[in-house]
Amino acid sequence: MSADMGGANGWTVAGARDALRKGEVTAVDLTMACLTAMDAGDVLNAFVHKTPELALEQARAADARLAGGDAPSLCGIPVGVKDLFAVKGVPTQAGSNILRGFRPEYESTVTTKLWEAGAVCLGKLNMDEFAMGSSNESSCYGPAVNPWKVDDRRLTPGGSSGGSAAAVAADLCLAALGTDTGGSIRQPAAFCGITGIKPTYGRVSRWGIVAYASSLDQAGPMTRTVRDAAIMLGAISGHDAKDSTSAELAVPDFEAALTGDIRGKKIGIAREYRLDGMPTEIAALWDRGMEMMRDAGAEIVDISLPHAKYALPTYYIIAPAEASSNLARYDGVRYGHRAKLAQGDGITEMYEKTRAEGFGPEVQRRIMAGTYVLSAGFYDAYYNRARKVRALIKCDFEQAFAAGIDAILAPATPSSAFGLGEQGGADPVEMYLNDVFTVTLNLAGLPGIAVPVGLDAKGLPLGLQLIGRPWEEAELLNHAYVLERAAGFVAKPAKWW
Amino acid sequence: MSIDIDTARKVAKLSRIRVEEGDLPDLAEKLSSILGFMEQLKDVDVTGVEPMTSVTPMRLKRRVDVISDGNQQAAVLKNAPDAREGFFAVPKVVE
Repeated sequence: MSADMGGANGWTVAGARDALRKGEVTAVDLTMACLTAMDAGDVLNAFVHKTPELALEQARAADARLAGGDAPSLCGIPVGVKDLFAVKGVPTQAGSNILRGFRPEYESTVTTKLWEAGAVCLGKLNMDEFAMGSSNESSCYGPAVNPWKVDDRRLTPGGSSGGSAAAVAADLCLAALGTDTGGSIRQPAAFCGITGIKPTYGRVSRWGIVAYASSLDQAGPMTRTVRDAAIMLGAISGHDAKDSTSAELAVPDFEAALTGDIRGKKIGIAREYRLDGMPTEIAALWDRGMEMMRDAGAEIVDISLPHAKYALPTYYIIAPAEASSNLARYDGVRYGHRAKLAQGDGITEMYEKTRAEGFGPEVQRRIMAGTYVLSAGFYDAYYNRARKVRALIKCDFEQAFAAGIDAILAPATPSSAFGLGEQGGADPVEMYLNDVFTVTLNLAGLPGIAVPVGLDAKGLPLGLQLIGRPWEEAELLNHAYVLERAAGFVAKPAKWW
Repeated sequence: MSIDIDTARKVAKLSRIRVEEGDLPDLAEKLSSILGFMEQLKDVDVTGVEPMTSVTPMRLKRRVDVISDGNQQAAVLKNAPDAREGFFAVPKVVE
């Protein structure tokens, strides 16, 4: 096998794990295949900081562990890491110029767990600046490019975890880490034809992840299959004393939960998600998804989430409010960029010039919008009202689950991938509408997974989303596994890069 | 609710982000669009609803109030744009 490594970078995590354990391939060979694919894929701008030396060192250590019979779940599996995770000694910029040159002296809990499980770090992946965006265009590195291409245009891979989705779809790595604050794992997964899961809030530690909106942020895997997502989620989950919102709950064996049996389960279809003007292709895809679940023996149940339509405006108050507080730390004192000062400039000028130079326009807008809704006289009218509506949104889901619903099926995105530069130039709200199906469950803290289900008329991937009960990622993954098998999505982007 | 140029200037100041005078009209317009989008929440009846303060109903753990870390001056200062004599250095703060 090692004589012909062509295509090993395109293997699934599960397939590579089994081949590694059988000795059919080495971690070093697998890593080399990915490093070669990464260099050939530079035009996709997915990897923004490559770590080939670290990768090969970890791969050699993984091979030694495999030889010694100690092969944890991800031993020897090459992965990419969103630029939002602190990896010790490796540039960690959150896609922002304000963190240019920052090399953390510490390691995030999630990446610590990955390396302990034997994974190999290929490098850092492109993203929207501070995870604020749905197209990867707010990145200081320039946008990552979707490997799917149907005409002359370059398409967005989605955002904010756009580099992660592009890298997995283009076979530059076997799997990647993303984060999801309002859809940032699920929307790019859907745009690139891969799988991405946002776990229940508190399942995965946030320690060492650059904060955007702390009550919404969760990390999760982006993979080519549901099984791979189950394997990787198992490796990164669990209680962490360093994150006070991390749940002290046992981590189930997510892979073992993939039985493919969902007979008798109740799948909710929220009528509020059937938006006016919903493209017929999205509606048809959703109908097909319902049919697949029904064919597998599940019952389709009409449900109501009456406050779902307020999720987007609620999100765009709460997330910027939290961001305006979290991003106050970027002041040019402790890390990252500091503006050159003029004669006589004091500390206030240092703050103002540093932040004007370091933050891009969308991040600046969200900090200012957040500052406004938290300011005296507007706190009750905006922020407090949003927190009340958030409670109502969460209550809608609790009532659906209390009525016996096991999972909710919804579209992942309102369209397939759009062209870079086509949205949000004149009005930022246009870009925000991309998150219409995804933000709801961040507000409610629920787990959600996007699974590729088909191609649209243009030949671009479309995904469906399943939303689960809190802490029941195992059941959610099993529902997704049924959808994946029924959809039989095997299309890959034609290689043009 | 529309944000005028004076309000945009004030919000930029509160946010400690320098915005040139010429850029304020565009900023005001974009912030107005964002806030206009949020106006929908005025339609929701929130009478008697408590604002959500915790995503999952859990009591945050408190650790024992003891020193758990320290003696890492070099690591803490490593990424500073200007560190001198074991401190972060900044422009003059007090006249």
